[in-house]
Amino acid sequence: MGLTTQSTGIYAFVEEMHQDPNFNTDAVIALAGNPNTGKSTVFNGLTGLNQHTGNWPGKTVVLAKGIYEHRGKKITLVDLPGTYSLLANSADEQVARDFICFGNPDATVVVADATCLERNLNLVLQVMEITPKTILCLNLIDEAKRKAIRIDRNGLERLLGIPVVPTVARDKGGLAELENTIHEVALGKRQMNPRQTIYHQAIEEALRELQAELEEVLQGKLNSRWVALRLLDGDSSIIDEIRRYLITSTTQVGKEV
Amino acid sequence: MAANQENSFNHLVFKAQAVRKQMNTNLRDQVVKDIYQRAEEIAAKAVALPDTRNDLDRKIDNIVTSRIWGYPLMFALLSLVFWLTITGANYPSQLLSNVLFGFQEQLTGFFRWAGAPAWLHGVLVLGLYRCLAWVVSVMLPPMAIFFPLFTFLEDLGYLPRVAFNLDKLFKKAGAHGKQILTMCMGFGCNAAGIIACRIIESPRERLIAILTNNFVPCNGRFPTLIAMAAVFMGALAAGTNSFAAAGVVAGVVLIGIAVTLLVSRILSKTLLKGVPSTFTLELPPYRMPKIGTLLIRSILDRTIFVLMRAVVVAAPAGVITWILANVTIGDMSIVARLAGWLDGFGRIIGLDGYILLAFLLGLPANEIVVPILIMCYLAQGTMLELDSIEALRQLLLNNGWTWLTALNMILFSLLHFPCATTLLTVRKETQSTKWTVLAALIPTGAAIAVCFLVAQIVRALGLV
Repeated sequence: MGLTTQSTGIYAFVEEMHQDPNFNTDAVIALAGNPNTGKSTVFNGLTGLNQHTGNWPGKTVVLAKGIYEHRGKKITLVDLPGTYSLLANSADEQVARDFICFGNPDATVVVADATCLERNLNLVLQVMEITPKTILCLNLIDEAKRKAIRIDRNGLERLLGIPVVPTVARDKGGLAELENTIHEVALGKRQMNPRQTIYHQAIEEALRELQAELEEVLQGKLNSRWVALRLLDGDSSIIDEIRRYLITSTTQVGKEV
Repeated sequence: MAANQENSFNHLVFKAQAVRKQMNTNLRDQVVKDIYQRAEEIAAKAVALPDTRNDLDRKIDNIVTSRIWGYPLMFALLSLVFWLTITGANYPSQLLSNVLFGFQEQLTGFFRWAGAPAWLHGVLVLGLYRCLAWVVSVMLPPMAIFFPLFTFLEDLGYLPRVAFNLDKLFKKAGAHGKQILTMCMGFGCNAAGIIACRIIESPRERLIAILTNNFVPCNGRFPTLIAMAAVFMGALAAGTNSFAAAGVVAGVVLIGIAVTLLVSRILSKTLLKGVPSTFTLELPPYRMPKIGTLLIRSILDRTIFVLMRAVVVAAPAGVITWILANVTIGDMSIVARLAGWLDGFGRIIGLDGYILLAFLLGLPANEIVVPILIMCYLAQGTMLELDSIEALRQLLLNNGWTWLTALNMILFSLLHFPCATTLLTVRKETQSTKWTVLAALIPTGAAIAVCFLVAQIVRALGLV
């Protein structure tokens, strides 16, 4: 059919992932994180050698996909490009954002460097806005300990409202617990209730004006608060992408019926 | 249904636009500010930092990135890496070449025993096998030392400091500070460096980085540079001195960086006008690399990968070169004829026809330029046992080389057109034939101009 919305960009990638018999798995997990956090080590630690890389059609960013098995379930892990934010200043950020937003991952793991958590939290907060199924992987926790940085894990879980798992990925420490947490979140065995960032009063008022109506249009396909923020922000590239996604997902549902 | 939904969505887009106009605050800045503030608050509550955070790291950074020590330290480290590579590679290179060329004797014996025709022996043993043996014995040892050393610096966290030091220079040239990181990748392989240019957001600065990446000598050219540096120093003073040769190679890298800055500046004033964008450069904490992983990764992912690529290209190139050197038209071999055509131009820029021909035939991969050159020289004269740099120097001197030829060979190798793989990568990354052609023309122009100037100046001063 040539270049249709379904054959380009994220849709082609998602399509390819579902059609590939190797990736016909029980859940798809996105792996996000800042550069230099050991994200790839986590990815390698979970999937071992069971991975391959693929070019996202139309974009010049390479994504690695891998599979692992946990409690009899096959899990696909998608290694997103390392980014500091999802505000889409670069092709990498755009790919990461689009996948988390439109690729329908069953959970998104954000790998953070425990030695400089504050800087890493920006990305965590942005991911939480898009999807409630967010898990924070506190990597390099051994290094943090060596530097006498103490992190209150329970406090962090409470403040963010998402599961927090400390790991030492290069020694495979904590990866078993991470697998358990992914399993619970991805298969809906854990109630997720992330605590959203409350913005400046003027923004909150504007959001309230849009959110109710948006919810009707979105029908639960996307987070209304996040979409409202994007609409207010007025970045046309993401707005077009959201529109495209809404139309595509509607027609696809129609086909299945 | 879908159309209806699209209409309501579009309606909301307009509504949002109206709401935004009524707001007094800059939404995006405010959103970013609020997110940063919340991150700060959460970290303040959940993270207890020690008083002397990263104390040692900071002390090291103060020296490594200082105005006074930053540049000398970089140069010293670079020279050290090259010196270790050159001295360390000498012995295993000789051992490998003894073994591989010893095996060539066996092969020759076998072909004689089997009664194979001379041309078959020529194509397979003297062409294919000898070219392969050369590439393996000359390239493998330096790579097996250079790549782990480089990966060590990378894993240690030193490279971002290098970017930090050079950031100002690149800004002044109208380029992006991250360009230096893509250049670091270029040391391994220019094609990889060009792919790494994806980290640069602005299309303008990304193109500058892509077009100039070739001025960083890649791994395929290091053996050439190292061998030529040894020849060059040997021609100036008697005997080879690995310290001096390492200094020459480090100097060549500096020239490459200088040319990168100059060409970036010219590009940003002409074809790719614009101001450099700002970015935050993270100085990650120093980490002691895991030596086991480092060795496995750098040997498997880089060394073997690059070597296999070279071997794949070297095999057919060896065959073709042997045929060209041994098939005669009239009273001259094809190689001699082609070289004859190029010779006039070659002499003007301080090289000769065979050197230019070797660079042209070496387009598939820079690794095979020197092997091709040696085959060309050998095919027309006496046979030599090429088991050392000393023997190589003798061969080159016999073919009329001076120190100027060696110097210009180094400069031409540093600056000339990228290999075919790199050009294909440029095509893929830029999606543009125009930029791909420029990626070949700009370096070639620079190489010819620099070699011409050097040759003319040296000759005018009567130094050769």
